[in-house]
Amino acid sequence: MSVYDSLDSIAEELHKCMKCGNCMAVCPIYKETRQEVGVARGKISLAEYILSGETEMTKGLGSRFSLCTTCMACNTNCPCGVRFDKIILAARAESVRKKGLQPAKKIAFTALKMQRVFDFGMKAGSIFQGVALKNIPNRHSKLARMRVDVGIGKEKVFPMLSKKTLRSEFPAVIKVKNPKLRVGFFTGCMINYFYTDIGRAVIEVLRENDIEVVIPKFQACCGIPASVNGDVASARTLAKRNLRAFERMGADALVVACSSGGTAWKHVFGELLENDHELKALADKWAKKSYDISEFLIHQVPFKKEGLGRVARKVTYHEPCHLNRGQGISKEPREILKSIPGVELIEMKEPGRCCGMAGSFSLVHPDLSGQISDRKTADIQTTHTDTVATGCPACRLQLQSGVENAGFDEEVLHTVQILAESYRVGKEELIHSK
Amino acid sequence: MLAREVLEELVRVLGREYVLTEQEDLLTYAYDATAAMKHHKPDVVVAPLTTEQVADVVKIALRYRVPIYTRGSGTNLSGGTIPIEGGMVLSMLHLNKILEVDQDNLTATVQPGVIIQALNDEAAKHGLLYPPDPGTVTTATMGGSVSECSGGLRGLKYGVTKHYIMGLQMVLANGEVTRWGGKTVKNVTGYDLVALFTGAEGTLGIITEIIVKLIPAPEARKSMLAVFDDVDKAGRAIAAIIRNKVIPATLEILDNVTIQTVENFVHAGLPMDAEAVLLCEVDGYKEVVQREAVLVERILKEEGAVQLKIAKDDKERDLLWLARRSALPALAQKRPTTVLEDATVPRSKIPDMLKAIRSIATKHNLQIATFGHAGDGNLHPTILTDERDAEEMKRVHLAVDEIFETALALGGTLSGEHGIGIAKMKYLDREFGKAGVAALRRIKKALDPYYLLNPGKIVRRD
Ligand SMILES: Cc1cc2nc3c(=O)[nH]c(=O)nc-3n(C[C@H](O)[C@H](O)[C@H](O)COP(=O)(O)OP(=O)(O)OC[C@H]3O[C@@H](n4cnc5c(N)ncnc54)[C@H](O)[C@@H]3O)c2cc1C
Repeated sequence: MSVYDSLDSIAEELHKCMKCGNCMAVCPIYKETRQEVGVARGKISLAEYILSGETEMTKGLGSRFSLCTTCMACNTNCPCGVRFDKIILAARAESVRKKGLQPAKKIAFTALKMQRVFDFGMKAGSIFQGVALKNIPNRHSKLARMRVDVGIGKEKVFPMLSKKTLRSEFPAVIKVKNPKLRVGFFTGCMINYFYTDIGRAVIEVLRENDIEVVIPKFQACCGIPASVNGDVASARTLAKRNLRAFERMGADALVVACSSGGTAWKHVFGELLENDHELKALADKWAKKSYDISEFLIHQVPFKKEGLGRVARKVTYHEPCHLNRGQGISKEPREILKSIPGVELIEMKEPGRCCGMAGSFSLVHPDLSGQISDRKTADIQTTHTDTVATGCPACRLQLQSGVENAGFDEEVLHTVQILAESYRVGKEELIHSK
Repeated sequence: MLAREVLEELVRVLGREYVLTEQEDLLTYAYDATAAMKHHKPDVVVAPLTTEQVADVVKIALRYRVPIYTRGSGTNLSGGTIPIEGGMVLSMLHLNKILEVDQDNLTATVQPGVIIQALNDEAAKHGLLYPPDPGTVTTATMGGSVSECSGGLRGLKYGVTKHYIMGLQMVLANGEVTRWGGKTVKNVTGYDLVALFTGAEGTLGIITEIIVKLIPAPEARKSMLAVFDDVDKAGRAIAAIIRNKVIPATLEILDNVTIQTVENFVHAGLPMDAEAVLLCEVDGYKEVVQREAVLVERILKEEGAVQLKIAKDDKERDLLWLARRSALPALAQKRPTTVLEDATVPRSKIPDMLKAIRSIATKHNLQIATFGHAGDGNLHPTILTDERDAEEMKRVHLAVDEIFETALALGGTLSGEHGIGIAKMKYLDREFGKAGVAALRRIKKALDPYYLLNPGKIVRRD
């Protein structure tokens, strides 16, 4: 029985918790609110009371269960090995089953499923977004701020929608001479619509390593925004569409440059489709050959070191929760950074602490998300670096927003962008030396 | 249920944001870290930001006779924060500032919501240390640990919380703000109320500021682990170390059941048939540590340790401590409910206590693992059970009764560091007699005539 289907599925998980409260030491939300309901122990108790019949699921409980960035820091610090990430998913799914989805989220997730509408909305957005968003001058990228507060505050900085989506910029198959491998690229929404620069860097680096890149046109949203908020039906639809899209094109491996996407392909699709024989097998097959881009470049390729040019950057690395704790990938991005000539890696205090973005969490709890972000921003500032590298577009957005609001000069990039930059410089160096 | 005007007055003092009244929030203050203890929901949770607000809240509670359950992080193991009579939970977590580290007087002044580790991080910047280190240093508050007089691993050499508390600001049950003690080493003015309020479990007053003593952080440390095939030999080794005038910072013991469980859990390399493992750490100046380490090593060998490991660096040290650190979590994974006691005996009685616990386990057909602070006589017999099994829980309660009887018969005490709370209330007269308990009650009534502060804990109303 999967966590998405019934609260009973986590009864034993709940029972493992001995209420020692160790989760309080690491929970980013609890650190801000200092209320018991903010931390895992509090929400575990609430789930227990629901299961024992002491209380019923209420709208209020639903909103308490939304107080989690799913950063999994409590999992790691739990002496009893409680998987709180499972508990929160089950509790949210139960809340949606009993009380429905919050209206704002409902609209968003329906749109995510309706790819074409979404595509149009985003494209129209890129033309009309000037109405709602105000450009802010920034040396590094196109950023914008809300002109009017639509309920998420005016603090948040957004990247401008790209004029062209990544997937419309490239053909479905990007050929190379003598391909070593054929790799499917799952772009995810943020890279497709906002951070196309990350997507281009992924393609550039793969081609540089003689890898043919396949970008199925009909891939969809990874569905994580839906599944973490309990909208299991939407998440299932998206999982199926993605599996079919990639299966149709075929590939030796699948890469993602986004931590939600990686989690989806490696773990969530299989869990969602547990009761569907045929699709479960397909999900398992793809899970086995899905890789985060840094993991892929270190362990599967391994990426070419010759031809790397000098990139003079002082870099600090922020660990995306779902890459680090979610997929155990933490050394790989650092290894990539360290292999780039000229890059100096300076660690920040607690690089693994959540940035507070957590997808729609930052929309539902903008103030809290901002407070969590402020701590991260302060940690970044004290490293006196000029670049923050990370492995997830959602984190990049949050970090950029934090840095912009704090008003210091720091570029926020995906690790793979710095690697692509190095290959590019390497080529120029070669031309100049001739 | 509280009258509407009570809530209105609380909101007037604290503001809406700091008065929680919704069921969904109240339910999360119904429990603490105590196993197999009935939870109880409060009627309201308030979270003051200042001492003045605490005083105002107490005055409101006094006027309407609302019970006040003061709460830090809720990690105590005796039911100390469960609001069994309803009323108000007073969360101290927003009073969380370190007000001062005074390097000349070697003191720090903190608010009660400060986490112990935060104080230590601050002290470490000045090369100083606040030694009390319960297993919950990264989560427990200063107010909670002062109120429980928490111990920890360093008790043998450095003592426990009460040895570091120099002054307290207290809000009394009548809402008045008072100060006791201060930064002076010597102070005999009046009764020693700092001592009385330390370990009072929130039943006599509310702590709003704490002055603690700091010490210079030790320069070096050395850890070793010794395996014994006989509990008595381990006991003799403990006595011999002390007799040779070495006071280790920590001297911990794990019994056979614990060793087996831990070994299965983390594979720390302990022999499964070992009857006892001793973990010892000496600290201080480099030269002293060198000398003491050699001495301890010799004693352990002479007393018949069958295996001895000495950590060469911090990495090896962490490995040795892995077994001890994993004890509770490993045991907790074995069965759903972990009943952890802390009956304490004079250190010379440790072997007797270990053997008695083992026969109690056999008699009641229970799994009891014992580990703990052998150096200070504070053992943690841990009963592994399942609170959903009513029949087994009956046997658990019988075993707990007998563990307490044994500790008292050996000249020990009911609780070394976890406090009385609800959990051990009924055993008090076995340690103090009727007259003793009556004296406690008179103190309670003198300071809190209406039983407003943490009612239902330590002493029963007559
Ligand atoms: C895994 C685990 C390991 C532990 N290890 C140890 C150990 O090694 N040694 C040890 O001694 N204990 C240990 N404990 C017990 C517990 O952590 C300590 O008692 C801790 O100091 C309690 O702090 P707290 O902030 O959680 O207090 P709480 O549990 O919130 O409160 C404890 C008591 O203090 C009162 N109180 C809290 N704040 C105030 C205040 N400001 N004014 C007046 N009264 C107040 C409460 O009413 C209650 O009676 C352990 C607990 C766990 C779960």
